[in-house]
Amino acid sequence: MDQDVVQRVKNDPNYQKLVKTRSRYGWMLTWAVMIVYYGFTCLNAFDKEFMGSRIGAGVMSWGVPLGLFVILFTVVVTGIYVRRANSEFDALTDAIQRNAAAGQAAPASQTNAEPVKVRA
Amino acid sequence: MKNTIRTLSSAALLAATGAAMAAPDLGQATKQATNYTAIIMFAVFVVLTLFITKWAAKRTRSASDFYTAGGGITGFQNGLAIAGDFMSAASFLGISAAVFANGFDGLIYAIGFLVGWPVITFLMAERLRNLGRFTFADVAAYRFAQKPVRMFAASGTLVTVLFYLIAQMVGAGQLIKLLFGLDYGVAVVLVGILMMVYVLFGGMTATTWVQIIKAVMLLAGASFMAFSVLAMYNFSPEQLFAKAVEVHSKKDSIMGPGNFIKDPISGISFGMALMFGTAGLPHILMRFFTVPSAKEARKSVLWATTWIGYFYILTFIIGFGAIVLVGTNPAFKDAAGKLLGGNNMAAVHLASAVGGDVFLGFISAVAFATILAVVAGLTLSGASAVSHDIYATVIKKGQPAPGSELRVSKITTIILGIIAVALGYVFETVNVAFMVSLAFAIAASANFPVLFMSVLWSKCTTRGATVGGFLGLITAVGLTILSKSVWVDVFHNKTEIFPYTSPALFSMIVGFAGVWLFSVTDKSKRAAIDMAGFEAQEVRSETGIGAAAASAH
Repeated sequence: MDQDVVQRVKNDPNYQKLVKTRSRYGWMLTWAVMIVYYGFTCLNAFDKEFMGSRIGAGVMSWGVPLGLFVILFTVVVTGIYVRRANSEFDALTDAIQRNAAAGQAAPASQTNAEPVKVRA
Repeated sequence: MKNTIRTLSSAALLAATGAAMAAPDLGQATKQATNYTAIIMFAVFVVLTLFITKWAAKRTRSASDFYTAGGGITGFQNGLAIAGDFMSAASFLGISAAVFANGFDGLIYAIGFLVGWPVITFLMAERLRNLGRFTFADVAAYRFAQKPVRMFAASGTLVTVLFYLIAQMVGAGQLIKLLFGLDYGVAVVLVGILMMVYVLFGGMTATTWVQIIKAVMLLAGASFMAFSVLAMYNFSPEQLFAKAVEVHSKKDSIMGPGNFIKDPISGISFGMALMFGTAGLPHILMRFFTVPSAKEARKSVLWATTWIGYFYILTFIIGFGAIVLVGTNPAFKDAAGKLLGGNNMAAVHLASAVGGDVFLGFISAVAFATILAVVAGLTLSGASAVSHDIYATVIKKGQPAPGSELRVSKITTIILGIIAVALGYVFETVNVAFMVSLAFAIAASANFPVLFMSVLWSKCTTRGATVGGFLGLITAVGLTILSKSVWVDVFHNKTEIFPYTSPALFSMIVGFAGVWLFSVTDKSKRAAIDMAGFEAQEVRSETGIGAAAASAH
């Protein structure tokens, strides 16, 4: 890739916003998954008695709904990320790509034209 | 059905990594009476897939068609294919067997396979799609000296693929012997030939569609079984569990964790192997290159996660269904009170209990189709590592003669097919569960750290990636050799040197630390080039600028 394009993209406020927001969001959700999964694993390793104990009058134990919660959480959290990425993050990406292409086509004197802004 | 049936584990353990932890007895599957319904159902499946291959062959002309179906798979289709790669016969038979034997422990095992997906979505999927073309080495070696990093990535791919292949081939042989009453050798050769036909003529297009069809069949079959079981208990899980607790020999303890997690370190180490191994499996990673955009890549992981999560919930219900319907029925047991064909057949017997002979045939055929589809995907990813990474990029310096890359990948497919059949034959008695856990551990400790650091860490260098990657690979294999499954069970030493069930926690640290140490101490000229290349790589990985050309055909 052209070094000019790289610099132009890096200076695009949309790009800085995209990288910052998306990476923070991605890592936050990653930690959420880690905490839920390794929390579940640690409960199974350290407090087997609790996981096997009955919730109410029936045989249902705490472990089963907690396990199902981990499965549902995994799916839902993936969905939450994909939803935001496919709307907000993709809109930013489109704007960045348009700016990069516009900058490339325009003569050097106009490359500092106002970049397209996206509400996100 | 002789009375000499021993506990089979091989079949399902096939990939049943968890079995490595549960450490069940291993034995050989006993050949069963020939099951004609199952054979006819399977023949129908094979004919259908051969038609697909014929159709796909017309569309497979370029290397890009062969490796990635020309980038023309939609997110939904790719999601099903990824789910298909994951819902192996092992997941289906192995997890339902684990639930049948120990209840709740089977659920812990299943969850481990699922939790890697969100992490892949948040941190890897999009960047992979934006940087790569055909193999994960395209991504790992993006800004580095091609030769050393490609050589490492190809080694990592081939080692992972080979261990996984052996497990699948051995599992296939055992399963077919059991389900269809065919000879082990015949079964292994049959799998080898069919798989080669799909890959050679249909490339990624055929491999993907075979996987999609199988995934739909498996999801439909498992849904029907779980529905039938729940229907018998008025759709009340409480009633089902109550009955299971009443009839199971372990009573109340099936509702809580048992011996699956032996100690916290093994539990966490094993969890890490499953979670991060998923993000380093070459046949899974290559699926991100078959979709046209980052948006579709994200959609495909969401679909995959949804299907896999749904499938594991079904498997849990199926396991409990087997406890109440199969475990209590003497018709499914031998004279000693053991399940015919071993615990791994719990789901298959349940199929017969809820749907009779025809449905039993259907589920048997699906189980075979599953192995076939997974094996085809594995072979394709091994072939791409040889033809794209070693031949086209390293040997021909990225300038292969027109058509030669495709030819090399087809030749490699044949060689890999022959090797797979030979190894499957030689390793008939190997503990397949251990092979698969090794494949996951290597993927997590070698492929994943290199991929992760090269994409996200600006100071990573060629030397760091190559040395660190190999260190992770060697540590994972070394610690496995020193663990109980090899040191005691294969070499017959008295006690193991490495006390935990999975090396991942340690070998991943070695891999990451190796990449870091050999990068920060790297003062070479090449290191300067590597670091200078990060900006351009980062911009492309975040925005896809420059990647569009690679996928537009």
